This record gives sequence, structure tokens and C-alpha cells, in this order.
Amino acid sequence: MKLAAREKIDDAVKLLFRTTGLLVIAILGGIFFMLIWNSVAFFLKIKPLDFITGTQWNPSGSNAEYGILPLLVSTCLVTLGAMTIAIPLGIGTAAFLSEYAGKRLKSILKPVIEMLAAVPSVAIGFLGIVILGPGIAELTGQSNGLNALNGAILLAVMALPTIITVTEDALHGVPQSYREASYGVGANKWQTLIRVTIPAAAPGILAAVMLGVGRAIGETMTVLMATGNASAFPKGFFHSVRTITATIAIEMGEVPYQTTHYYALFAIAAVLFLITLAVNLIGEYFVNKFRKYQAA
Amino acid sequence: MCGINTVKMNNDLVKLSAESVNLWFGSKQVLKNINIDFAPNQVTALIGPSGCGKSTLLRAFNRMHDLSPDARIEGKLVLEGQDLYDGHFSATQVRRRIGMVFQKANPFPKSIYENINYGLKINDIPKAERKGIIENALKESYIWDELKTELDKPATRLSGGQQQRLCIARAVALRPEVILMDEPCSALDPLSTLKIEELIVKLKKDYTIVIVTHNMQQAQRVADKTVFMYLGEVIEEGETKELFNNPKNELTGNYVKGRFG
Repeated sequence: MKLAAREKIDDAVKLLFRTTGLLVIAILGGIFFMLIWNSVAFFLKIKPLDFITGTQWNPSGSNAEYGILPLLVSTCLVTLGAMTIAIPLGIGTAAFLSEYAGKRLKSILKPVIEMLAAVPSVAIGFLGIVILGPGIAELTGQSNGLNALNGAILLAVMALPTIITVTEDALHGVPQSYREASYGVGANKWQTLIRVTIPAAAPGILAAVMLGVGRAIGETMTVLMATGNASAFPKGFFHSVRTITATIAIEMGEVPYQTTHYYALFAIAAVLFLITLAVNLIGEYFVNKFRKYQAA
Repeated sequence: MCGINTVKMNNDLVKLSAESVNLWFGSKQVLKNINIDFAPNQVTALIGPSGCGKSTLLRAFNRMHDLSPDARIEGKLVLEGQDLYDGHFSATQVRRRIGMVFQKANPFPKSIYENINYGLKINDIPKAERKGIIENALKESYIWDELKTELDKPATRLSGGQQQRLCIARAVALRPEVILMDEPCSALDPLSTLKIEELIVKLKKDYTIVIVTHNMQQAQRVADKTVFMYLGEVIEEGETKELFNNPKNELTGNYVKGRFG
């Protein structure tokens, strides 16, 4: 091939890849812009303060109210519950995999845990309705078990693979010499794990937790199916709640175009976007910190 | 306990010994029929080319091979007449009595103070005594003057030589009977090396020291006795001067004169 032709192909490919790269950024920017644009339209009609402090979400009533608090509290409640279950379980499993499990057991367990991440969220939500729901109802004596606890348990299951995998990587990345130093002064395995290995892996574990939180906050289908979706202000784990994600999913299909209600859904979506963005940034920050520390 | 050992004990000449020790990693035999005695309050150097099993032997004494599932040991490793592997001791008890300094300085990512305090906490030494012990250990390791004002600083910020002396202090703080050193100076500059060597010579009045080294000059500077190993076997052992100047075995002679290694 002639030199000129090769140069041309080179230029064309460069252009192609630059276009695809910029396209991704443009899509992200577009989403962000759309959220903000529609949110602004919302805030022109409803005062931001009413939106943030309002304790009622009742957009379809004759006296419509657009308070995000019940939704935000629902989301936080379910996420908090999920993390309370998933963090100890996840770190414990990761510690077992990294420090105690034999090679063979580890080679079976790791792929199985990663497969857990591949279960579709609708299938997990289904389990919440047919197994977990009746179980909780029976234990608590309520008429049904579709509540915050149900959603929290399911989200914990969904966040576990992320937390386990990232934590295990973090523990695995702790230099063997730290463990040897600890054993060398007479520490046993448990003492070494708790006092040396886990503290040394702390940034990585924090990153794992943040990624797990991000997974739980953004999850829609499971909470939509399992938490009952009552729009009243949430009273606790044994009551039905309605998260931000579920609200958008339920109402977006039926809302008239370009009404206040329509814009309101964009506004709560923007809030959700900001929360997950913050959580992910914090997670990334700790991941990078851990990498730097490992390189040192 | 076998009879021969008791006799040695009575003569107070043997602190630590290996008797017919064979060690395998998987199917690969790394140590072959090792028999050595280490005298108390002496520095013994283990020398030999890479892969000859000197570090493996050293780590067998404080049961570091317990951590690798494919390691298998036969024979006896004995501290003051007691077999280290016969169930009489737990691995943690062994490591308390036989301290270790590693090839690469490995302070914990904690403060200087905490680095030594960790071992004291692990071994249930009362809180009231710890401060004094830490100060003493740092003095014994000759870094007290350099570090006394910055005990709360992260240990990982110290220079390589200071880190290694801190690791020695960490081992010394527990008052072990034996200190094993696995090429403690291999990552250090000549000046830091010199300081560590001085420290080793001073420490031997209180401890029995076994040091693995690749540096023949170092062995001659610090060791009372030297053991030459090759391909998993002890080829020759003796007074350091004797071994270096009048090696009885041809292999030893070639190695100490630098003809292979």
C-alpha cells in the first residue's frame, strides 16, 4: 500500500475513535443537561424549599404536593438496611476467601459469588414477593411482607458480589510481608486479620462499601417489587416504603407530558443522579488511594 | 526428647538445633538431612548460593512454613531440648521465643510506637509496662536518639535502614531467646548495613542470632560461626575464620573465594 493511503487510513481511524470517545461524553452530558433542564422547569413552578422539606409526595391529588422527603427517606432506609446486612457479611466472606479458604474451595466460591451478580434484578424481586414477603408477614404478624426490610434484604443480596469481590481484591493486595511480620511477633491468624490486614486494606474496603451503596441506591426493579410502594411517610423497616427509583418507574409511564408532575419526576431523578454521582466519586477516590498506597 | 540433646544441654552449648531435617515443598525436596547446632549467645551465619535452602531452614525454626499448605517437614527442630513441632508448643509460642527479622524491612503501616506496641499487645503485656519496653527496645536497637521525638509518625516514612532497625527493635521488644535474620541488609546502603552489623554484634550478648547472608564480608564481620549450604545440604560448618581461610571442602572454598554463587 502506498504511504499516502496508509496515512489516510491512520487519520480516518483516529477520527473514528475520537468520535466514539466524544460521543460517550456527549451522551453523559446530554443526560445531565436533560435532567437539569426539566428540573429547572419544575423549580419555576414549585419552590425548591417546599420540594426539599415537604413531607408529602402526592402529585395526583387535587391539592398536589411535591415533597421529596418521604422518597429520600425511603431510599436511605432501604439502603441503610441493605448495607447493615451486606457490609459485615461481605467483608466476612471476603476475609474467609482471602485468608482461610483453601485453593480448591476458593476456585469454586469465587465464580459462584460472581454469578450472583448476574441474577437479573427482576428475578430477585420475584423471590422477595413469593418467599421473603410471606416469611416476613408470618414472623411479624402483618398482612403482607412487602416492606423496607424485604427490600433491604434483597438489595443486600444484590450488593454482596460487588462488596465481596472488591474487598477480596483489597485484602489480597495487602503485602504478604505485613502478615509475616505479624505472625513473626506471635500473632495468630485472627489477630493478624483484624489488626493488620483489614486496617491495611481499609481504603479498598471503603471503596467496596461505596460501590455497594451505589448499587443499592440506584436499584429499581427489586425495590419496586418488594417494598410495597406506599407513598406515606416511611415509619420504619416493617412498613411499606417507596424509593425514588420506584416512584419514577411507577409514575413516568402515566404522567401527562410536560405537566408539573412530569417535571417533578425529573427533579427527583436529578437528586438521585447527584447522590449516586457523589457515592461513586467517593468510591473512586478510595480505590485510587488504595492503588497509590499499594504502589508505595 | 532424645538423650544426645540432654547431654548437649548440660554442656550449655546448644540453644537451637536441627536434627535430620528434611523439608519438601510439594514434591520438591528443599532441605536434605540437615544437622546443625547453634550455640547460645553467638552469631551464626548461613551462607550459600541462591536456592540452597538457607532461608527455608531459617523459616523452619519459627514455623513460618506452617503458612504454606504444601510444605512438609521431617526430623526435629529443637529449642533448648524441646521439639518445636511436637505439639508441645503452638506456632505463636514458638514465634514469641524465636523472633524474626525479614529480608525486606516490613514495618506495619502504623506509627513507630504502634509498630512495637503491636507485638506487646498481642502477647498480653500489661499496658503500664509497654512504654518502658518500647523505649528500651528502641535504645537496644540504637534508634532511640533518632526517633524519640517522632514516635507517632508513620513508620513507613523512615529510611530503609531505620525501618530495618525498627523491625529489629520490634523483635527485641518481646525478649525472644533467638533472633532469626533473613538477609537483613540486602536492601540497604553500606552505611545502614554497617549500623545493623554493629547492632547484631551488640545484641549477641543477650540473644542467640542466626543470620542468612549473601554477603561474605558481612558473614566475616559479624559471625562467630558460619555454615555453608549447597543444594539443600549443609556442606561445611565451623568457626568463621576457619571456614573462610581454611575450608575443608572444595565447594566451600570455591564459594567463599567467589568462584561461583
